Amino acid sequence: MSSQPVLEIRGLDKSFGPVQVLHHVDLTAHAGEVTALVGDNGAGKSTLVKCIGGTYTADAGEYVFDGRPVHITSPRDAADLGIEIVYQDLALCDNLDIVQNMFLGREKRSGLVLDEATMEEMAAKTLDGLSVRTVKSIRQLVSSLSGGQRQTVAIAKAVLWNSKVVILDEPTAALGVAQTAQVLELVRRLADNGLAVILISHNLNDVFAVSDRISALYLGRMAAQVKTSDVTHAQVVELITSGRSGELGLQNVNGVTA
Amino acid sequence: MSTDVLTRRPAVRGLLAENGPLAALVALAVVLSLLSGDFLSVTNLLNVGVQAAVTAILAFGSTFVIITGGIDLSVGAVAALSAIVLAWTSTSAGVPWPVATLVALVAGLACGLVNAALITYGKLPPFIATLAMLGVARGLALVVSQGSPIAMPDAVSHLGDTIGGYLPVPVLVMIIMGVITAVVLNRTYPGRAMYAIGGNEEAARLSGIKVNRQKLITYALSGAFAATAGVVLASRLASAQPQAASGYELDAIAAVVIGGASLSGGKGRALGTLVGALILAVLRNGLNLLSVSAFWQQVVIGVVIALAVLIDTLRRRGSA
Repeated sequence: MSSQPVLEIRGLDKSFGPVQVLHHVDLTAHAGEVTALVGDNGAGKSTLVKCIGGTYTADAGEYVFDGRPVHITSPRDAADLGIEIVYQDLALCDNLDIVQNMFLGREKRSGLVLDEATMEEMAAKTLDGLSVRTVKSIRQLVSSLSGGQRQTVAIAKAVLWNSKVVILDEPTAALGVAQTAQVLELVRRLADNGLAVILISHNLNDVFAVSDRISALYLGRMAAQVKTSDVTHAQVVELITSGRSGELGLQNVNGVTA
Repeated sequence: MSTDVLTRRPAVRGLLAENGPLAALVALAVVLSLLSGDFLSVTNLLNVGVQAAVTAILAFGSTFVIITGGIDLSVGAVAALSAIVLAWTSTSAGVPWPVATLVALVAGLACGLVNAALITYGKLPPFIATLAMLGVARGLALVVSQGSPIAMPDAVSHLGDTIGGYLPVPVLVMIIMGVITAVVLNRTYPGRAMYAIGGNEEAARLSGIKVNRQKLITYALSGAFAATAGVVLASRLASAQPQAASGYELDAIAAVVIGGASLSGGKGRALGTLVGALILAVLRNGLNLLSVSAFWQQVVIGVVIALAVLIDTLRRRGSA
């Protein structure tokens, strides 16, 4: 299972003006696994994800995809490699239906006009592949969907393009218990379908429920990358709040010498 | 019998709910035909069509803009400028009229592009950018025409005629522009992008839509539609007047809103806009037939605009 990672980030630095947000961060994601990215507010999770997704350009560091070094300078580059990000605030348009949202910005066309039939068919196939059966009609407006269903559509939008890496930013943050379970099940299914999933979450119950590995960021540094089965809840909390937990984690944190 | 009633009533109610503006137009027509014997005559209805044409064409252009959540206050002035450009180039400059018409359309398109550039790259609110364009276009129309009407070349004036002595050309142009609007909105990528931008601009951007480029297309379309309206108006009057179409931008916006669009964006249809423009024209026509004073007509039209949006809001609150 832990063969060559699909995505490997090495020594990534990122500063905004005088503020260095990410210090030499390493991160790997493997096909068929869910890697949870945890960390306190301001630890740099979102910045890291935006660097991976091409919204920000890293100042330094290597970016290896499928064993090849690559350069990502725009979201388009990342999408072309097969890296999709599902944003926290759900980049969906309420006034459009499910199919229209899934294809937004990448509509199928035949000549000058939109090819609705093909899009509808592909959307239905993708939702079927994810065993999504909670929506009544794929021509329903997104505004009529529940939070969980909206999250499902956002995720389906990401996997529609034969993506290899899907990054989910707090997919369950706004959901109730039943809907959270639904979305986590979907997250697990993505990995089981062979995708590399990076799950950003504040909720350790979610993390322990679905992830195979945990990467903990602390003040812009990667404190630890561990297998979920090797650590306890308490250890992860320590990694998040102080950057270390016994043998694990950063060793001279408070000196900030690294 | 009873099943017939059961199945038909929801259908009718559904149509009313789906198409409130259309229902209002039908009701208005029924009332007016009862009150005035002249209303339903073919001549009068065609007259209403001609009256509605310029507003409708302007409103189709505004529909694109309003769906993106923007506003275009310059369409009336741009229509006047385009008409002046057509008249001036084809008479004073001696350019053949088909070329002059093309130049007029390009002038309208250019005004739209300037609007869009101010809004996207200059980060001006659409209200301000197009308000500025309203002044500039109206001013340029006065400058070029030196403040007086320019007679249209004969060939262009025929645009105001009828085909086969029956179908007025302005009505035909209105229908063609309406079909173009419907196709762009429902069947093309720019149309889809307009709805997306109006619905959630950030989501549109994150989904890879080049928002600035799509706004350029949107305002350019509005400018080109305004120019078309200007040509139609001038051909009807057989002359281009620098003060023509003043205040029409507000009629256009009213037509779009009565047609069910939302000024906050993401919503609107070509058919709705057409119905909105027809409601305004039918109302004016009907009030004339009933010899209501022109002063009271303005009051009535103001009330209708408020009512149309109010009913739509209440209806949506009821269904939600």
